[in-house]
Amino acid sequence: MVRTRVVVDTRAPRPRTATSPTPRGRLGRPVAAVLAVAVGLVLTGCGSDDPLTDPRRPGGPLEAEPFVAGDLTGTLAGAGASSQEAAMNAWIAGFQTINEDLTIAYDPVGSGGGRTQFVEGGVDFAGTDAPLDAEELDLAADRCAGEVAELPLYVSPIAVVFNIEGVDSLNMSPSVMARVFDRQITRWDDPAIAAENPDVELPDLRITPVNRSDESGTTENFVEYLHETAGADWPHDPSGNWPVAGGQAAQGNSGVVQTVNDGQGTIAYADASRVGTLGTVAVEVGGEFVGYSPQAAAQVVDASPFAEDRPASSLVVALERDTQAQGAYPIVLISYSLACTTYEDAGTAELVREFLTFVASEEGQERSAVAAGSAPISEGLRERVVEVVDQIS
Amino acid sequence: MSSTDQQPTRPAPPAGLRALVERRTSRDLAGRLFSATATGAGALILVTLAAVAVFLVVRAWPAMTTPAEELADAISWIPEGTTLLGYVGPLVFGTLLAAVLALALAVPVATGIALFISHYAPRRLASPLGYVVDLLAAIPSVIYGLWGGLWLAPRLLPAWQWLADNLGFIPLFREPASTPPRVIMTVGVVLAVMILPIITAVAREVFLQTPRLHEEAALALGATRWEMVRMAVIPFGRSGLISAAMLGLGRALGETMAVFMILSPGFTYSFELLQAGQHQTIAANIANQFAEANPLGVSALIATGLALFVITLAVNTAARWVVARRKDFSGAN
Amino acid sequence: MTTTSTQPRTARRPTTRDLLTRADPRRRWTDRIMHVVITSAFLVALVPLVSVIWTVVSNGVVRMSPYFLSVSMRGVYGGIDAGGIYHAILGTLLITGLATLISVPVGLMTAIYLVEYGRGPLARAVTFFVDVMTGIPSIVAGLFAYSLFALFLGPGVRLGAVGSVALSVLMIPVVVRSSEEMLRLVPNELREASYALGVPKWLTIIKVVLRTSVAGIITGVMLSVARVIGETAPLLIVAGVIDSINTNLFEGRMMTLPVYVFRQYSQGLVPCSPEAVECVATINYDRAWGAALALIVIVMLLNLVARLIARYFAPKTGH
Repeated sequence: MVRTRVVVDTRAPRPRTATSPTPRGRLGRPVAAVLAVAVGLVLTGCGSDDPLTDPRRPGGPLEAEPFVAGDLTGTLAGAGASSQEAAMNAWIAGFQTINEDLTIAYDPVGSGGGRTQFVEGGVDFAGTDAPLDAEELDLAADRCAGEVAELPLYVSPIAVVFNIEGVDSLNMSPSVMARVFDRQITRWDDPAIAAENPDVELPDLRITPVNRSDESGTTENFVEYLHETAGADWPHDPSGNWPVAGGQAAQGNSGVVQTVNDGQGTIAYADASRVGTLGTVAVEVGGEFVGYSPQAAAQVVDASPFAEDRPASSLVVALERDTQAQGAYPIVLISYSLACTTYEDAGTAELVREFLTFVASEEGQERSAVAAGSAPISEGLRERVVEVVDQIS
Repeated sequence: MSSTDQQPTRPAPPAGLRALVERRTSRDLAGRLFSATATGAGALILVTLAAVAVFLVVRAWPAMTTPAEELADAISWIPEGTTLLGYVGPLVFGTLLAAVLALALAVPVATGIALFISHYAPRRLASPLGYVVDLLAAIPSVIYGLWGGLWLAPRLLPAWQWLADNLGFIPLFREPASTPPRVIMTVGVVLAVMILPIITAVAREVFLQTPRLHEEAALALGATRWEMVRMAVIPFGRSGLISAAMLGLGRALGETMAVFMILSPGFTYSFELLQAGQHQTIAANIANQFAEANPLGVSALIATGLALFVITLAVNTAARWVVARRKDFSGAN
Repeated sequence: MTTTSTQPRTARRPTTRDLLTRADPRRRWTDRIMHVVITSAFLVALVPLVSVIWTVVSNGVVRMSPYFLSVSMRGVYGGIDAGGIYHAILGTLLITGLATLISVPVGLMTAIYLVEYGRGPLARAVTFFVDVMTGIPSIVAGLFAYSLFALFLGPGVRLGAVGSVALSVLMIPVVVRSSEEMLRLVPNELREASYALGVPKWLTIIKVVLRTSVAGIITGVMLSVARVIGETAPLLIVAGVIDSINTNLFEGRMMTLPVYVFRQYSQGLVPCSPEAVECVATINYDRAWGAALALIVIVMLLNLVARLIARYFAPKTGH
C-alpha cells in the first residue's frame, strides 16, 4: 500500500535521545538558514526609515534641510482625499524633517472614508474634497470636544487633458466640453470643436472620454462645473460618481492619466498636478479662453464668498463656477483639512496645531505647489486660516 | 488506511509493566485532552465558515433593509431608482462573464497541457513539466495585474482591433475596439492564465488515472495515439475535467487585483467584449469603492461580497460534489 | 506505448492485421495535427510564464539594490529618486508570520483529527467544508476579517493583525489539505508498532506520526505561506497603507509588499516639470517592478525550498 524509505521506517520508533538525528534535526538546517537570513535582514536594523539622507541613495544623500529643529514627538494619523495625497506627502515630509521623532501617516482612502474615519474618531485629522454635510457636522460635534475646523488648505485646478498627437492645447466652451463628455460629440474634427479652434488641425479620430471609476471629489467638482455652466448641454446632476455610463474609466487621478496616455484621442479631467506632458484644454470664461494655472485658480477662490450657516471655525468656500472674472480658471477643487478645535489629548492638539500651521505657512504652501502643482492660498485666506488653527487646543 | 481506535489487546501485563499500566489514567486524561483539541480544531473550521457567512450577513443587513430611495440617496454610486438587487445584478453578470470568458480560453489549453504532460511528453519529463505549470500558480495576482496592465494590454490591442475589424458583425466583437484595451476580453485572457495551473493540475491527475488496460486495448485495436486519447482518456476523464473547470471557475470568480488593475468598469448587461466601461466584477468593485465608502456604502459592498461568497460557494460545492461522486463510483480507483 | 504506424509492412496484398494496424492517411494526419496542437498548448502556457518572469526580472533589477531593500518610503514624494521597500518587506513578514502562527496549529490539529480521530458526520462535514473553504475569494476573507474586527474596534479599523486573520482564513484549508495528505502517508505499521509498545495514541501521534511526516508538513506549510504571501486584496482593505516602518501588528497601518506594488502602480507616472533637476518620471513603476521582483523572489524561494525539503526528506510514496 505505502512504500516507505527504509531510513524512515527504522528511525521513527527509535527512542529520542539528544543526539539522535531526527528528521527535524536534519531538516532544521536549511530551513533555519533561510529563516536566519530573512530574520537577520529584518532585525539587524539595517533598515532605515530615512531614505532621503541615506548615504547609499542613488545620486547621493539629500542634504537634511536647514530649518529650525523642532522637538515634537509622537504620532499623528490622518486619512482622506486622495487628491491631497501628493501635497500631503510633501507637507508630511517637510514637517517630519523638522521634527525627526514625529510620525505622521496619511492614508489616502478618499474623502468619504476620511470624513467617516474622522467623525468616528479613527484619525486625528482628515482631508476631504467636500465639506461635511449636516449629519456629519452633528457627528463631528460629538467627536470633537469643541468645534470642527474645516480649512481650505489645498486649492488645485482640475485640468482637462487630452492625448492627440501634435496638439498640446485646445479651446473649449462649457457647452462643447459638456457635449464631448456626454458623448454627443464623438469625433475630434467635429465642427463644434473646429469652430473654437480655427488654428488647430484636428484629426479624424474618435473621442474617447475617460472618467474616474471611483467616487471622487475631482469628479464632483468637474460635474458641478459642467452642471452650472453648460446648461441644457449637460443633463446630469452633480455627483461624486461619474453620471455617464459606458466609457473608459480608471481609479484615481493617476489611473485616469495613465489611461489617457495609453490611448489615442482620449480626453479626461484630472488633478492639474498629474498633467505631465499631456495636452490641456483652455476653458471659456467671460468670452476668453483661460488655461489652467495656480494663479488663475487662486483667483476664482478669492472671488468667491464663504458658505454661510456653518460653525465659525468652518471656512468653506462657496465657489462661483460661472464667474465671468477675467483670467479666473473656474474648474478648481478645494480640498479641506478637517480638525477639531479642541482635542481631549493635549499632546495630539499640539501636534495637529503645529502641523496645520506648517501646512498653512508660505513654506508649506510652496512645498505643495512644487510637489503637487496646487495653487498657494492667498494672504487674506491664510490670515483667516491661521486664526482658526491657533485656537486648536 | 485509518488506524484503530482501541489499542491492540494484549495479555495481562507482567509485573514489570505494572507502573506503566498504572499511569494510564493520567495518560487517558492527556489523550482525551489531545483528541478534544483535535476535534475542536476540526469544528473550528466549520465555525469559521459559518462565521464568515454570519458576519457578512450582519454587516450587509443595514444595506439590505434600507429602502431603495434612501440607499440611492446615501450612496452616490447607486443610481437614483436602483435597488440593491438592481445594483448587484450587473456586477454578478460582469463577474460571471469574466470568469466564463477565462474558462472558455483556459479549458482547451489546460486540457492540451494536461494531455501533453500525461500522454505525450517523455515520462521522465512529466513531473518537472508539471512543476513548471504549477509555477504559474505561485505568481501573486498583483503581479499578474502589473504584467497585464503594463505589458500585455498594449500587445493585445492589435489583436482586438483585428477582431473588431474582421468579426465586428458578431455582436460580441462590435467595433470599434476600445483603446487602451482596458476591456473584459483582456481581463479574460489574464484570468485564463491565472486559472490554467489549477485546471491543468486536476486534469493531469485524472488523465494519469486512465486505466492502462483501456489505453492498451485502444492501441491494440489499431487506434492512433490521438484516437486512443479521444476514445479512452478523455471519456474517462470527462467528469474530472468538468470539476477541474469548475474549480477554475471558482478561482476566476473571486479574483480581484488583476481585474481591478486592468478593467475600465461600467455597470451594464452587455456582451460587447471589446468595449470599455461595460462590465465590472464584484471583487474589483469592492476593492475600488471600499476605501471611499460611507458606512452604508460599506454595508452595500459587503452585501455584494455576500453574493460573491454564495456564488463561489455554490460553484465550489458543485465541483467538489462531482469529484466526490466520481471517487465513489469510478471503478478505476 | 508505441504507435502502430511503425509496424513492418507485408509486401503482398494487405492482411486483416495489416488493415487494422496501418492507419489510413487521414487518421494519421489527424494524429499528427493533434500532436502538434497538444504540444503547442503546452508551449502557449509557457508564453505567459516566461513573459511574466522576464518582464518582472528585467524591469525589477533596475531599482534592486541594498539601498532599495533597506529603506522605507518615509518622506519620499514626487519624482525623487529615493525610497525603498524595507517597511513593506517587514510588514509582509510580520503579517504572514502571524497568519502562519494562527493557521498552523489549527490546520495541523484539524488534519490530525481527520486522519487519526475523525469518524462520522462531523469528519465528513469537515473534509467537505475544508475543500469548499479553499474556494473562498480572498476579498471575501478580507471583508470577513474587517467585519469581525469592526465589531470590536469600531468601523474604519486598519491593523496588521486584521490582515493576518484574513490571510489565516485563506491559509488554514491549504494547511489542512497538505498536512492531511502527509499524515495519511505514514504507514499504519508504525502506529501499530508504537501501540504494541504500550504508547498511548496521543503520544504515538506526536512522537511517531508527526515525526515521520514532519518534512512533508513543513513543505505544505511553506507552500501555503507562499500562496498567501502574495495576497493583495484583503490587505488592501484591512491593513491600510503607510510610508514608514511599523513593527506593531496591533497598532496602526502596515504596508505589505503586494499592496506596495499595487500602490506604486496606481500612482502612475510622475509629471516632472522640465526644470526639476532630479525627477524620474517612471519612478513609481520602477519601484512597483522592483517590489514585484522582491515578492516573486520570496515566493519562488519558498516554493523551491519547500520542494527541496519534499524531495530530500520526505518518505517516498507509491501506490
